[in-house]
Amino acid sequence: MAGTGEGKKEEADYKRLHCFPLIRETDMPEEMKVETMELCVTACEKFATNNESAAKMIKESMDKKFGSSWHVVIGEGFGLEVTHEVKNMLYMFFGGSLAVCVWRCS
Amino acid sequence: MGHLAESTGNYLDLAPPARLVVLVTCIQRRTGAATQQVLLDDEERVDTVDRWDESHHGKGLIKPPDQLELTEAELKEEFTRILTANNPHAPANIVLYNSKECCYKPTVVEQMIVHFVVEGSLLHQDSDEARRQKAKGGLPEETATFDTGAGPDEAKPETLDTPADDEGGAGEEDRPDSVASKTNQKKEAKVTNQFDYSERACQNLNNPHRQIGCQPEPPPRSNFSSLANQWVIYDAYMEELQKQERNKEKQKAAPSKKDPDNTKRAVVSTDSHGHDISKVRKAVKIIERMVNQNTFDEIAQDFKYYEDDSDEFRAQEGTLLPLWKFQYDQAKGLSVTALCWNKKYQDLFAVGMGSYDFNKQEHGLLVFYSLKNTAFPEYSYPTKSGILCIDIHEQHSYLVAVGFYDGCVAVYNLNKEGMDAVHKSTAKTGKHTDPVWQVRWQKDDLDNNHNFYSVSSDGRVASWTLVKNELVFTDVIKLSLNGAMSEGTEGSQQPIIACGTAFDFHKEIDYLFLVGTGEGKIHKCSKTYSSHFLETYVAHSMAVDAVKWNHFHPKVFISCSSDWTIKIWDHTINTPIFTFDLNAAVGDVSWSPYSSTVFSAVTIDGTVHVFDLNINKYEAICQPAVMAKKKGKLTRVEFNPIHPIIIVGDDRGYVTSLKLSPNLRKKPKAKKGQELATGPEVEVAKMDKLLSLLQQPENSTA
Repeated sequence: MAGTGEGKKEEADYKRLHCFPLIRETDMPEEMKVETMELCVTACEKFATNNESAAKMIKESMDKKFGSSWHVVIGEGFGLEVTHEVKNMLYMFFGGSLAVCVWRCS
Repeated sequence: MGHLAESTGNYLDLAPPARLVVLVTCIQRRTGAATQQVLLDDEERVDTVDRWDESHHGKGLIKPPDQLELTEAELKEEFTRILTANNPHAPANIVLYNSKECCYKPTVVEQMIVHFVVEGSLLHQDSDEARRQKAKGGLPEETATFDTGAGPDEAKPETLDTPADDEGGAGEEDRPDSVASKTNQKKEAKVTNQFDYSERACQNLNNPHRQIGCQPEPPPRSNFSSLANQWVIYDAYMEELQKQERNKEKQKAAPSKKDPDNTKRAVVSTDSHGHDISKVRKAVKIIERMVNQNTFDEIAQDFKYYEDDSDEFRAQEGTLLPLWKFQYDQAKGLSVTALCWNKKYQDLFAVGMGSYDFNKQEHGLLVFYSLKNTAFPEYSYPTKSGILCIDIHEQHSYLVAVGFYDGCVAVYNLNKEGMDAVHKSTAKTGKHTDPVWQVRWQKDDLDNNHNFYSVSSDGRVASWTLVKNELVFTDVIKLSLNGAMSEGTEGSQQPIIACGTAFDFHKEIDYLFLVGTGEGKIHKCSKTYSSHFLETYVAHSMAVDAVKWNHFHPKVFISCSSDWTIKIWDHTINTPIFTFDLNAAVGDVSWSPYSSTVFSAVTIDGTVHVFDLNINKYEAICQPAVMAKKKGKLTRVEFNPIHPIIIVGDDRGYVTSLKLSPNLRKKPKAKKGQELATGPEVEVAKMDKLLSLLQQPENSTA
């Protein structure tokens, strides 16, 4: 029991320790990618409990910076099928358990 | 004492009886010349004398004869007169029908009469116009006040004008302006008015409006799908961590997850650059053709449509109109040694270049030209040795057989890329030891392999078969001076081998062919008999340059030689039917594909001769000099299968195309009532007629 409890703790620690942003799939140009990733990280850290607000923040910033019609999904368990404009898509993991998908489609 | 009434001024209002009196007297007076006054009583008569006679006031009165006689009392009677402002002439009782009340109602009658109106040009200083003028120039103070002072008086009667006024004051409104402007003369600014200012306007063309809309393509989209689960995320992180550990071991800094993305993108971008030129190639080719056709537009028009009208007047002669001239830079110094039209694409022809000179043996060139692009060849293949003959396969027009000066034969495939022959014969595979003078494709053999024949100066007629990408040869016949010998010599006598310089296969009878030799003999041979010639004709005194069967008539063939002669034969007869002496070595002769009696020949003095046996049996009907005598020799001539043009090659590497005038392409005239039959039967019949004419007087030949 203690072992498994410790194991779980370790796992939780593991996840938390390795909560660096991990880009899973993207076709953005380099600086756009970096900017977007940092924006997502900021938003998720800021609104750690509220995915909606985080998504809202990300979307609005993206719209301002890169033009209209961005879509943002943040969550821990979902499947997605999306049509996006080429070179305007980012799919990343963050925080060990969050997945963020940002794409543009007007 | 009474009132004096003058005619002008006031009006009288008298009691009725007295009025009558007054009127009568007024009338009386008016008819008189002198100005007299109304007489009311005798006493007043004293006053009413002429002004002239006022000095005679107290003296005796002069009575007119019809003076009224009135009593003293009557004379003293006082009459009152009241002057009113009413117009005595105006009617007093005008009535108008009033529809509303359905009865006549008296109207008010206007009593005012204007006797005199003067329009002035004075303004009130506070009026708009005056202010305007002041603003513009500033009127001098005294005149301004004077004007404006007198202004109101005159301006007001204007506004009270009745319509009956005969002054017509409409045009006078500008008077104040004009007067004011005159006072403004000292100032430069001119007030616009109808006298000084005229307006001009003009309207030029407004460009019509055109709507142009444009919609760019929307940015490309792509689909993306994924699954976000806890375990997916966990796995991803684990993988990432492992990678990072590995990277740390290898001391790589950058997260490698990003690299595949980068390389993928890099690969995609380079791919798009690769095929740009090849995509454009077809378009460029078409544009090149367009440009060339435009440049040589006249020639193209001539080629298609020009018919020499003067041929109607020249019954026996025709002309050749020069069209395009084909030349190729790399072909300089080479002479044209072979010409061949492509049967399938009748605007494509092949030119083989090489050299006839034994001393100057250089490389060769196989060039294909199309009539659609006359400036540059479609295909060109450089070869090591000079080409002497080419033949394009009838069905598979991408296969070209080539015979070389060094004795090799080769097959080129135009479909394949690359500059080399697909097949080439070498010393091992039985190439000729002497120049190959003629090659001819045959029908596919029993195994459906392509095969062709070649004849060369080493006396061999060989057949080459393309078997599974190899060139396999078999000797068909060996030419010898004495007679044909098979490969195995029979006897000790070594046969002297003759050189074969030309051959041609019969159009219909497949196995029959003719070989011309360097000694001037022509042998009729058969594919099946390798040891015997079927017939030998002593044709020429020098080497036979070309032998050609007639396209229509199965018995006739033609031969030409450097001994200046062209001979036409019937293969059943040993002696030639026709002989033509052209005064110069004949390089090539060719039958026309449209008529059995027309053929053309080229000589080394640069002339093309076109003969039509139907028209003239003894001379050429057309002999234009295509090249100047010193410049070059013509070496080859070929007719186009469908178009009325011939191509002529010379020893400078140029190919000239010439159009045949209508006289040269005559079909037999139809007799009245007969149908005009066309086709090979007619051609055959034509030739037969000629032959029959000649066979009766046999001594007329040669």
